[in-house]
Amino acid sequence: MKNAVNWRPYIAGALLGVLATVSVFASTKILGKAQYLGASTTFVRAAGFIEESLAPEHVKNNPYFAKEKVKIDWQFMLIVGVFIGALAASLADGSFKVEAVPPVWRERFGNSVGVRAVSAFLGGAVAMFGARMADGCPSGHGLSGLMQLSISGFIALTCFFGAGVLVAALVYRGGGGAR
Amino acid sequence: MSEQWLGLITGVAFGALLQQGRVLRFEKQVGAMLLKDMTIMKFMLSAILVGMVGINLLAAFGLVKLSPKATVLGANIVGGILFGGGWAIMGYCPGTSVGAVAEGRVHAVFAILGMLAGAALFAEAYPYLEKGFLKMGSLGPMTLPGVLGAGPWPVIAVLAVIYILAFVFFEKKGL
Repeated sequence: MKNAVNWRPYIAGALLGVLATVSVFASTKILGKAQYLGASTTFVRAAGFIEESLAPEHVKNNPYFAKEKVKIDWQFMLIVGVFIGALAASLADGSFKVEAVPPVWRERFGNSVGVRAVSAFLGGAVAMFGARMADGCPSGHGLSGLMQLSISGFIALTCFFGAGVLVAALVYRGGGGAR
Repeated sequence: MSEQWLGLITGVAFGALLQQGRVLRFEKQVGAMLLKDMTIMKFMLSAILVGMVGINLLAAFGLVKLSPKATVLGANIVGGILFGGGWAIMGYCPGTSVGAVAEGRVHAVFAILGMLAGAALFAEAYPYLEKGFLKMGSLGPMTLPGVLGAGPWPVIAVLAVIYILAFVFFEKKGL
């Protein structure tokens, strides 16, 4: 096979490596504390804000919210920025596309938005419970962990991907596949 | 500049790169887990390759401090497996779910709502896990060079070769 190499993921990835490096340097210089890319703690804080509006005492007395602190911090704004950056980039090159059900999912489970919604919700709940238990997601453990040669990063990323491969093989078996 | 502004600016660049790498898509994430399309692995390993050299260079000159997360075997492994299982069904990870909604994949909203529920659930479970399970196999922050008793650069050199060989393999197999 003499297909031309698609350099897109390599170039964007390498630039992300530059961004991660610059970000660690800039946050050390400007804030006095190195900030490494991550995402899942922000979901704890966002959940804390939502719960606070309903039951402020409950959030105040919860040791996990006390530990992670319900506040708008660097990483929270990083995730807000991800939304803005992805929106701008997809509008700029015309790849923005409204999609109600992912095509790969549709091939296996049909066009029902309800089935997709419930599955994504349950999958998301289990995944985030796991990410908080493991203390990180593919950004915090995967990217930042492996950049720092952290043992926890190697263990977590292996488990993320290993379990993902097993469950994907079970769930999407018989579907049209991902191409 | 405030912490919030710096985070926002960094995030805009992060989001644009995730989008341009085309890794925000359900089919790319599930494609990797089905071992059919390694786009997200190419993206992640390229970022890790460059960031690993950059960050360790900065650390070698004393310009930044590394802060590797603690290794806690029980929590890293069990939590990692739970995450991986949920990831396969959800089709997004926490960072990419937000970017996916931004590029029009509105179904990722349900993944985000589920993850908020999962985070809230973990906060409720935490008091019961904190003293027992979350301490199992707790080894503190550990790095590969530390464990091997080597300097960072030989380890980085070996890993760089492994990552590049992975790229060659992916391209040879058309993944």
